[in-house]
Amino acid sequence: MADTGAISVAIPTPMRRFTGGAANVAVTGTTLAEALVDLGQQYPDLGGRIVEDDGRIRRFVNIFVNGSNARDLQGESTPVKAGDELTVIPAMAGGTGR
Amino acid sequence: MSARYNEILQATKRAIREVDATEARKLIDQGAAAVDVREQDEVDQGVVPGSIHIPRGFLEQRIEDAVPEHSQTVVVYCAGGVRSAFAAKSLNELGYTDVVSLAGGFNGWKNAGEAWHVPATLTSDQRRRYSRHLLIPEVGEAGQHKLIDAKVLLVGAGGLGSPAALYLAAAGIGTIGIIDADTVDDSNLQRQVAHTLDRVGMPKVESAKIAMQGLNPDLDVVTYQVRLTKENALDIFAGYDVIVDGADNFATRYLINDVCVLLDKPNVHGSVFRFEGQASVFLPHQGPCYRCLFPDPPPPELAPSCAEAGVLGVLPGTIGLLQATETVKLILGIGEPLVGRLLLYDALATEFRELRLKRNPACPVCGDGAHVDISTIEYTDAVCAVPSLASAAD
Repeated sequence: MADTGAISVAIPTPMRRFTGGAANVAVTGTTLAEALVDLGQQYPDLGGRIVEDDGRIRRFVNIFVNGSNARDLQGESTPVKAGDELTVIPAMAGGTGR
Repeated sequence: MSARYNEILQATKRAIREVDATEARKLIDQGAAAVDVREQDEVDQGVVPGSIHIPRGFLEQRIEDAVPEHSQTVVVYCAGGVRSAFAAKSLNELGYTDVVSLAGGFNGWKNAGEAWHVPATLTSDQRRRYSRHLLIPEVGEAGQHKLIDAKVLLVGAGGLGSPAALYLAAAGIGTIGIIDADTVDDSNLQRQVAHTLDRVGMPKVESAKIAMQGLNPDLDVVTYQVRLTKENALDIFAGYDVIVDGADNFATRYLINDVCVLLDKPNVHGSVFRFEGQASVFLPHQGPCYRCLFPDPPPPELAPSCAEAGVLGVLPGTIGLLQATETVKLILGIGEPLVGRLLLYDALATEFRELRLKRNPACPVCGDGAHVDISTIEYTDAVCAVPSLASAAD
């Protein structure tokens, strides 16, 4: 169960148009890379905005695993398990000047 | 003096411990709290450095805020040692176990050649205006002086800059610089609360200045009706202690970040999108910088602006005030600043979340041994990459 249960992914507002508006979606996998592949399969338009073609996380996006940046853990190889919470954080420019 | 009074005074002095100036200074050097129980007009003439002022009449009421630990050593002083004797007895009765009274008071202290200084004083107008700050031990008069002496630069007089400007002005920040090239438009007023309908068409920095000085005529507002560029940023930032990033585009955000790292200035960051906001404090070399988090900006098609995507008008109010709060904390040196933490606010869910950020030792801007030359960087929305690393990085 630990390896196959759901991992929740918090989708930021700017990317919710690719998940049909869903703020949280469920994926499976034993590593972050696998979880992101599953995310890309479920939401093809979202996948390409988070990872490069070769599966690396794009440089203007951060994925946090239970509150810690995957870049500070083991990157795409970071182990994940059921119950973990992934958070996708894109750079946002808005200060609402105009 | 009546015989009865003298009896009570002598009995009080027997019940407490008195120390001379030399002994008092030793205790203070070792960490004792010095509590000045004189009246304001006496304090204005000179104080023991580092002392806490609580007039005798408010001592019992306020001491536990100022000195929460009853086991803490307390040196009480007044002008001559009488009021402090009664004060020491009162503190013993309140449960303070190690209280001494300075024999001879502040006069004795000065005569003994111990260090003292005339405190910067607030005018009676300022004392009334900032009375709710002065009541907080973490702010107090010393803190209010820090705020008055502080220089804060707001980049952007828009949705984030407006609430920050109003509250920082109200808090008494002495010098507020504000930079924005735009003029007020009626579509701004849904969220940019520093501006008003009758100021539509006016430069935003002028409109914000009127709003800030309307709240607080004491403060010095420096306006820059220009776009922030790599040519002017270093000169403008150099005169400020804290930079508040309320920019509306990535080019400016990366420029703010890089210049803050170069000049070692705190960058108080906030951004918003529809119902969602982010805030953090990037403290150069002590925590991560913006580029540690986002090495490159997203391509424009993946980063719609608020003009394209919209924003709930109250949201930048929340985020801009978080930025103002962090700014005030940084200036006062109190609390836990939002360093190494990214605060996310989801207004729809009414949910705050916090993510941990780490400094990237390989960051092209703030990393170990990194030296960024902003003249070589193209600050346009889709680029902003540090040239030496853009190709080398991955």
